[in-house]
Amino acid sequence: MALLKGEKVTRYFGGLAAVFDVSFEVQQGEALGLIGPNGAGKTTLFNLISAALTPRPGAIYFKGRKITGLSPYRICRMGVARTFQTVKVFPDLPVLTNVMLGASFGASPGLSWGDAAEEASEILEFVELSAVRDTPAGELTLANQKRLEVARALATRPDLLLLDEIMEGLNPTEIARSMELIRSIRGRGVTIIMIEHVMKAIMNLCDRIMVLHHGSKLAEGTPGEIAASDEVIRVYLGERAHAGS
Amino acid sequence: MNGRITTLNRLQRGIVPLVLLAVFALSPLVLKQYALILLTNTFMYIILAVSWSMFSGPTGYISLAPAAFFGAGVYTSAVLGFALPFPLIVITGGLASFCMAFLVGALTLRLRGIYFVMFTFGLVELLLNFVLWWEVTVTGTTGRVVPPLGNTTVFYFMLAILACLLLTAFRLKHSKYGFALQSIGQGEEAAAHTGIHVTALKMNTFALSAFFMGAAGVVMATRWTYIDPRIAFNPTLSFLPVLMAIFGGLGQLYGPIIGAAIFTYLEEFLITRFPYHYMLIFGITMVIAIRYLPDGLVGLVQKAWKQWSRRKHGAAQG
Ligand SMILES: Nc1ncnc2c1ncn2[C@@H]1O[C@H](COP(=O)(O)OP(=O)(O)O)[C@@H](O)[C@H]1O
Ligand SMILES: [Mg+2]
Repeated sequence: MALLKGEKVTRYFGGLAAVFDVSFEVQQGEALGLIGPNGAGKTTLFNLISAALTPRPGAIYFKGRKITGLSPYRICRMGVARTFQTVKVFPDLPVLTNVMLGASFGASPGLSWGDAAEEASEILEFVELSAVRDTPAGELTLANQKRLEVARALATRPDLLLLDEIMEGLNPTEIARSMELIRSIRGRGVTIIMIEHVMKAIMNLCDRIMVLHHGSKLAEGTPGEIAASDEVIRVYLGERAHAGS
Repeated sequence: MNGRITTLNRLQRGIVPLVLLAVFALSPLVLKQYALILLTNTFMYIILAVSWSMFSGPTGYISLAPAAFFGAGVYTSAVLGFALPFPLIVITGGLASFCMAFLVGALTLRLRGIYFVMFTFGLVELLLNFVLWWEVTVTGTTGRVVPPLGNTTVFYFMLAILACLLLTAFRLKHSKYGFALQSIGQGEEAAAHTGIHVTALKMNTFALSAFFMGAAGVVMATRWTYIDPRIAFNPTLSFLPVLMAIFGGLGQLYGPIIGAAIFTYLEEFLITRFPYHYMLIFGITMVIAIRYLPDGLVGLVQKAWKQWSRRKHGAAQG
């Protein structure tokens, strides 16, 4: 049984189909890359999976259970955690408290505030943010805020982690560290879907890649298959090669 | 060793409030009637300001409903009058406001920003007009008499509510729910995706804060002895606590306490000195204070303290 399954997932904004008739499956332990031009509907698909938005029509199943229509907090507690493309840390709260909230509310069963502190410390160690644990989250660099979002998501003990462009705006060193982090998260047995424009990261980290274009699924396959697909090169990879990235 | 230190710390932290409570509990023995009434008034404003900031401080949802919840308490007091022992009426009034806030919360807490502000203020007007209509057409009265309790008894009830409120607010603020409320204020969407049941937490906290406003209304009604809808649902009691809390500063629990205490005395002073212009002077003072003290009085003092200690530190080094 697939860990996550989407059936003809669709979402319109006014007349625009941001996501149209997309069906997909993600297996336990897999890392799926989600790529496509800006505006292709990648973030919207994350919003649909994490219940920030409801698919209309369409249905999403997690661990075999239909999760369409549930609230975001329920989906988080069931084991789906996410980060945000535009970072959304709790800026005035210390880094440690940001992560403690995940452990105390998002995990199931939720940890007591004291146990949450212990768990959060461990996670900060894991993502290498221990040095700034008492700093207000809003004062961190962008790279560290993105790491903090990953830490907060991990604290909810997810089975599935949705990473929305956590390498966007980072320098090459930071990107390398970020790739290392994703590898070690996979090592913990967490299933990952990642949206990323950094092709090196996608090609190296993912077992499978899904390409969205104008809201629809354009292609799906192993990194090798995707890199060799004429259609993908035409609408996405080629365009990026032209832009020099 | 560690354990003993924290127990000691806890005792030390607990001592100041306990001493204050004892001092206030004994104060009716020495205070004149006028001073006692003024102190009761101050407590009422502190209750409104602190319970308001318990919800609105961390979440950033500016509610202008205090007068509605307070008024619900006032009317509970007037309707139940002699029917129940007074402590039960206080609890009933609190519960009435709690339930009302819970329902209102279910309807309005999806609204953000100015819409929430307007709706909560509309609630005050709605209740005022509803009760006016009800009293005229159904009961055929305009006002009601509330059995008086005596200044000292009123004082003690107000003190008891205040003590319960401060304990509740303190424990909430330092619990995981207190931090969750702050996270809602700083990013509601992220809070929901971190597993926080945002709607339930907002509704419960909003209702809890209304409980204390309602309880205060029950007690205050017995001091007024005669009430009508315009006295019970007075919009001033929505604005003042908000301004007092913001003036004092929302970052710390004692911010709204200090703000409410200062402004109750200021209002009293202005009323006696400038009976005709006091509202104007009062309002201008408020506006200036809030305009130039973004983090309230407590924030200002904290900033000054930080600068001073830094300078002292720098001087010692140089
Ligand atoms: N909340 C929204 N309201 C209206 N339009 C939206 C909203 N979110 C996304 N869109 C539109 O949907 C399309 C897909 O957006 P998005 O999912 O963010 O793309 P991507 O993440 O692939 O860059 C875009 O055209 C965007 O403008
Ligand atoms: Mg996006």
